Amino acid sequence: MDQSRIRNFSIIAHIDHGKSTLADRLLERTGAISERDMRAQLLDEMDLERERGITIKANAVRIDYTAQDGLEYEFNIIDTPGHVDFSYEVSRSLEACEGALLLVDASQGVEAQTLANAYMAIESGLEIIPVVNKIDLPAADPDRVAEELVGILGGDVEDVIRVSAKSGIGVDELLEEIVTSLPPPEGEPDASLRALVFDSYYDTYRGVVALVRVVDGSLSEGDDIRLMASGEDLVVDEVGVRRPSIERTKRLGSGEAGYVITGVKDIDLIRVGDTVTHAADPATDALAGYDEPKPMVYSGLFPTDGDDFERLREALDKLRLNDSSLLYAPETSRALGFGFRVGFLGLLHMEIVRERLEREYDLDLVATAPSVEYVANLTDGSSVIVQSPQDLPDAGVRASIEEPYVKVMIITPAEYIGTVMELVQTKRGEMGEMNYLSTERVELHYLMPLSEIVFDFFDLLKSRTRGYASLDYEPDSYRESDLVRVDILLNSQPVDAFSTIVHRDRATTYGRAMVKKLRELIPRQLFDVPIQAAIGSRIISRETVKAKRKDVTAKCYGGDITRKRKLLERQKEGKKRMKMVGSVEVPQEAFVAALKIGDE
Amino acid sequence: MSDTVRPMSTGEDDGFGSSSLRANDADLADAAHLWKSAYVHIPFCAHRCPYCDFAIVDESVEANVDHRRYVDALVREIEMEDPFGPLDAVNFGGGTPSLLSSEQLGEIIEALRRRFGFRAHTEVSLEVNPEDWSTDTGGNLRSVGFTRVSIGAQSFDEQIMGVLSRRHSADATTEAVHSARVSGFRTISLDLIYGHPRETSASWAGSVDRALDLPIDHISTYALTVERGTALSREILAGATPPDGDVQAERYETFCERSSTAGFDRYEVSNHARPGHACVYNLSTWTHGEYLGFGLGAHDHRWGVRSRNHHRLDRYLEDVEAGIRPRLGTEHLDADSQDRDRFMLGLRLAAGTPASGFATTFLDSPEGTRLLDHGLIIVEGDRVVVTQPMLTDAVAREALSVSSYDC
Repeated sequence: MDQSRIRNFSIIAHIDHGKSTLADRLLERTGAISERDMRAQLLDEMDLERERGITIKANAVRIDYTAQDGLEYEFNIIDTPGHVDFSYEVSRSLEACEGALLLVDASQGVEAQTLANAYMAIESGLEIIPVVNKIDLPAADPDRVAEELVGILGGDVEDVIRVSAKSGIGVDELLEEIVTSLPPPEGEPDASLRALVFDSYYDTYRGVVALVRVVDGSLSEGDDIRLMASGEDLVVDEVGVRRPSIERTKRLGSGEAGYVITGVKDIDLIRVGDTVTHAADPATDALAGYDEPKPMVYSGLFPTDGDDFERLREALDKLRLNDSSLLYAPETSRALGFGFRVGFLGLLHMEIVRERLEREYDLDLVATAPSVEYVANLTDGSSVIVQSPQDLPDAGVRASIEEPYVKVMIITPAEYIGTVMELVQTKRGEMGEMNYLSTERVELHYLMPLSEIVFDFFDLLKSRTRGYASLDYEPDSYRESDLVRVDILLNSQPVDAFSTIVHRDRATTYGRAMVKKLRELIPRQLFDVPIQAAIGSRIISRETVKAKRKDVTAKCYGGDITRKRKLLERQKEGKKRMKMVGSVEVPQEAFVAALKIGDE
Repeated sequence: MSDTVRPMSTGEDDGFGSSSLRANDADLADAAHLWKSAYVHIPFCAHRCPYCDFAIVDESVEANVDHRRYVDALVREIEMEDPFGPLDAVNFGGGTPSLLSSEQLGEIIEALRRRFGFRAHTEVSLEVNPEDWSTDTGGNLRSVGFTRVSIGAQSFDEQIMGVLSRRHSADATTEAVHSARVSGFRTISLDLIYGHPRETSASWAGSVDRALDLPIDHISTYALTVERGTALSREILAGATPPDGDVQAERYETFCERSSTAGFDRYEVSNHARPGHACVYNLSTWTHGEYLGFGLGAHDHRWGVRSRNHHRLDRYLEDVEAGIRPRLGTEHLDADSQDRDRFMLGLRLAAGTPASGFATTFLDSPEGTRLLDHGLIIVEGDRVVVTQPMLTDAVAREALSVSSYDC
């Protein structure tokens, strides 16, 4: 394809603003897929993606579009995730594009993550087409939203495309706009090959499948290629594109995006961000790559049944084939036995990984409350990285503790400014800039400890603004804070998995709330169970789960022992989801109780 | 009536029905394991009580219920049964068996005697509602062979009887007991239900005292249980207060103190008796003895097989009248399961359950050790005993989790 008739673009949108529906519609309009084969969210392949209505992995689909000028154009839609946890994937996808559709729900307006991603696209030099979606909904206010978009991107309100991805209104106009407004790729067709690996995944039958965007030169089957960063030399087995079904094209020219299969099984040999070139005629400079995504939160994952440890390891190894951001190392807990300390990009990532482990690998897991990575500076001048509260050195040898801060952007309707400010203050946030997107919506900037966000901040923000506020954050710096570790004791025995690092000012409140929450979550047992919170050896709070007094059926109807036994067996199954800590049965949700204590 | 002491079963003709051993005696429990009994289900009720999920025929809803046809079916079902017996006990439960005439009940007893044979002291027991009792009821029941009546008092507090939808008065219960005593039944038992959310501790204590003042030999106290699909469970789903387990445990303790002072021994979670008056059928059930079940929704257990009958009246009648056993399902128990069932059931007994077989495995398991450490079970001689009867199911559940990885 003539490079001038190629358009590579992403769709940037907040969750639920209709990105996948729009992608589906574009596919349908261009005949890439017949209406009969249409199923919702074509590009989202994982069950979890469909269920949650979100995109987790990037994806690239080629469609052919015959424009009004009578010429045929090649569109490569590079699908991107919409959640803050996966913003590094967005940045990768954007590198493979020349343009982006900034899609905003006509009744919701611009959200923080959309804005953050839009800024990212602008910084990468992408041309942006503002699109207002769902204009046919009763609550739609396309004029207001168009004004917001113009406020961010500049330009004219008339240039904002108005569509309904669901019903198809405005889609034809949008297709034309892509042809006329987005620039074609600028690479050198005859130069040495340079192709950017913007994502990769592992396929059980085909090995590593790399998604690439050819910048200069071309890539064909049988080529001897070299990965410039890893220095690995490989042979190309297969080259093709998705439409969205797989089509083997044997060649990708400059400006095109597609997939490459080399038969390699080790995903670490083809790292995302690396540059592909020819081994015989290598390019001199690699393309700008990406920083490795760094975990933001850590959590312990332990099998409920200790015998499943090896199965958990295998499952993590397999998941990592498709998710190189997943980091883990074995961890031992006195309370929970053998498991892994796992680093995640954020809370959604954590939730998704855990769900996939349980669902796809049939594991029953206990997850501990998420923690950020602290740095403990010791009196001897050395420092220790602390990913798990139980690893925090004793107060006696500690000089100070540093914790990660993040830059936070919150977009909220103006009426909630006071509420948001109040909330952020209780979470140790420091106010930065404040910009009005329109008269009704405000963009607030803060510097906040990440630990406050990974707890319950997002839920609180949502509930206090009736769901209207949105949040985005990025790492900033490490800062010294007055932090202490609050330990929890069950039956007078400390349970390491319950330990949490909190700010000293909040330690007592936290300890009380945690103990109270645990008293609610831990079912009554056959004996009293005291629950205590302590800082060092000082007990700051105590509650008791009283022994249960009655657990027996009055009689057995007509000698129906079978039914009686089945009932007991069912009840016993319920117990299986409990973890024995000492002689106390603790339900799995208790280990993340810290997330649920709210602002009590 | 003979009340002579017969410490052990000695022969074909002798049961334990007339022994004067204390109801919680371990020898009695061991002997009961070998007894043979029969349960006869009479499903008819004038109306359904709000807490009941039994297989019954509610005559306030079903028109033209044919008692005669049912009795004939029962007799036919009994005649179809394989040889068994002689019977140590026969128990008529329901439903409301006292809705049948004493002649009809007598026909069924005769059918059982013909088919299986009785011992000299076979316990033949009937559940009776106080409102069905009249001056000649006792004599009639005695003449067709009943030796025991269990009178469904449920409460002596009129308000509680109201919320339980019981249609008799406290005085009717009292009169029935006195009348039964005069008629010469060997054992008279009362049923009480406790722990309704509307019940107070004073109301319960009042009912207990009135019950214990009567000339009775046996008393069963049942904690009100919310069964799925009952009117009570619907009320609770709609927001009514459910029964409170802690309160029920207190009521239970109140009862145990008072009944013990009055000369009753607790021999099973819900059953208490004066010496010589433990319910033979009841003990046989909880010691994993063999029993036959006749009638709608009845269960039986013999030869390591547990079976249950149809719980729909039309199905039951159709099968029996076509000469087919009216079975809904059966469960075959292997030797290990039987051993475990005997252990689990025996946990309900004050005399405990033999500390052999599965019990040894359990006592050695982490679960068993933990229960021993906390004093919830003890080993007394060669028996395992649950020290807090109100926590028996919790202990049984622990036992089940041991069996699952031990098989």
